[in-house]
Amino acid sequence: MINTSKNSNDILVIKNLTKIYHNKEGETLAIKDLNLNIKEGEFVAIVGPSGCGKSTLLSILCNLEDKSAGNIIFPKKEVKLGYMLQEDTLFPWLNILDNCLLGLKVQKKVTKENKDNVLKLLNTYGLKDFIKKYPNNLSGGMRQRVALIRTLATNPDILLLDEAFSALDYQTRLAVSDDVWKIIKKEKKTTIMITHDIAEAISMADRVIVLTNRPSKVKKIYNIEMTNSSSPINNRKCPEFSKYYDLIWKDIDIHV
Amino acid sequence: MYSQEHKEFLKKRKKRKILITLTQLLILILLIIIWELLAKYEIINTFISSSPSKIINTIMDLYKTNNLFKHIWITIYETILSFGLGTILGIIIAVILWWNNFLYKVLDPYLTVINSLPKVALGPIIIIYFGANINSIIIMALLISVIITIITVYNGFTETDINKINLLKSFKATKWQILKMAILPSSYSTIISSLKINISMSLIGVIMGEFLVSKEGIGYLIMYGSQVFNLNLVISGIIILMIVSILMYKIVSYIEKILIKKD
Ligand SMILES: Nc1ncnc2c1ncn2[C@@H]1O[C@H](COP(=O)(O)OP(=O)(O)OP(=O)(O)O)[C@@H](O)[C@H]1O
Ligand SMILES: [Mg+2]
Repeated sequence: MINTSKNSNDILVIKNLTKIYHNKEGETLAIKDLNLNIKEGEFVAIVGPSGCGKSTLLSILCNLEDKSAGNIIFPKKEVKLGYMLQEDTLFPWLNILDNCLLGLKVQKKVTKENKDNVLKLLNTYGLKDFIKKYPNNLSGGMRQRVALIRTLATNPDILLLDEAFSALDYQTRLAVSDDVWKIIKKEKKTTIMITHDIAEAISMADRVIVLTNRPSKVKKIYNIEMTNSSSPINNRKCPEFSKYYDLIWKDIDIHV
Repeated sequence: MYSQEHKEFLKKRKKRKILITLTQLLILILLIIIWELLAKYEIINTFISSSPSKIINTIMDLYKTNNLFKHIWITIYETILSFGLGTILGIIIAVILWWNNFLYKVLDPYLTVINSLPKVALGPIIIIYFGANINSIIIMALLISVIITIITVYNGFTETDINKINLLKSFKATKWQILKMAILPSSYSTIISSLKINISMSLIGVIMGEFLVSKEGIGYLIMYGSQVFNLNLVISGIIILMIVSILMYKIVSYIEKILIKKD
């Protein structure tokens, strides 16, 4: 079921990835022999029991953690990754524009062209009037859009979203995930999204990857096919939605 | 515009505030008058308890012989110098410790020991090493302010949100960039509020130093007064010191307010 053969459309191939955490209490095997292919342009959601190693996977991809074994291969070319975390990683002492330019500043790429691009993004996504404001003047939904634009500013090939919406209340969460999905689709970015929320995963993703309990491996992969698939909010109304929901629910179901 | 009720509320609040200030002043004035009267009718011994009028006379004498501001100035000068040095050195050392965790782990117990040691105990050694002069006073005050600055600022650094650091790392930021873009700005308010502690610490150090070295300064006035059993001078010195310390504290608080507001 897991296809590790080289597919011409793959942008990222993870092979036998293993991660062991070491500390003085002992070692934790977080990921064991995980295999996964990500195709260019697709939106992949990863779900799994809490504490199974989802965040670890993204941290390794971003080089925040070292892997213990296995390979991470970019078959086409070296790709740039953009990492977007849960809530509040906006810097409260920078205004919205400077927050968005942060990645470019770190990489010393604040050119006129890149800056114009950021301004265009802010403009397109309804934040034009806020560029001189500070994050605490913005609503949760707006902040999340700013965080996305900050990630997009460095022009990454793959977006990595770790529980990006879990700090928002339910209503806002629906609206923001719809927004963000549209932005991602419009900018044509390959995306890997981690979420606790099965409904969010099904409504947004092209594929949903279910991980096992720790040490995590791929348990199942669902290709999400909906009749009249459109935006995430509408997808929730598709007839297949609840079918997928039940299946994935059963996959994750841990006996508590 | 505010509602009538809110205006009433504000008025009441203001009234209350004025009343509190007036009462505070009244108590002070009353105390001074009682003190003066007790001294005047020789109910208390003015030789050991002095009196407000004698204190004023002493201060006027100091002023006339041109010594008052010399002593005040030298104490302020020493305090500001050790405050500035303590703050700058403290921040630099905190940065070095943040940069090199190994060094921090190694030095941690030493810092704790030095911090808990009453620095005045080092006075004699300091005088032997640096001489009975202003250098010893500065070193004494510096010792007191720098250790506490290192510890406060370093703790501020380690409280920086790990997510912000991770975000910068995901952009492939260097350690220097992480320091500049996340650590320092997010510890800004910690650093600023450590200034307020520092100015008091420096003043304590300076007065302790002046007690030991005794050539000039407010601490010298107090020490000299006690040696010649001139209690008028001792109490005048304490009162001058009170005023100076309140003024310096207020100035630093004011600066703090301005700096934090900009945030
Ligand atoms: N720095 C670390 N040191 C030691 N163990 C760690 C570390 N980070 C994570 N772990 C452990 O590794 C396992 C996987 O953690 P991870 O954060 O990747 O899980 P997760 O799937 O993202 O969980 P959640 O759903 O709660 O976000 C957990 O058991 C966790 O306790
Ligand atoms: Mg996680």
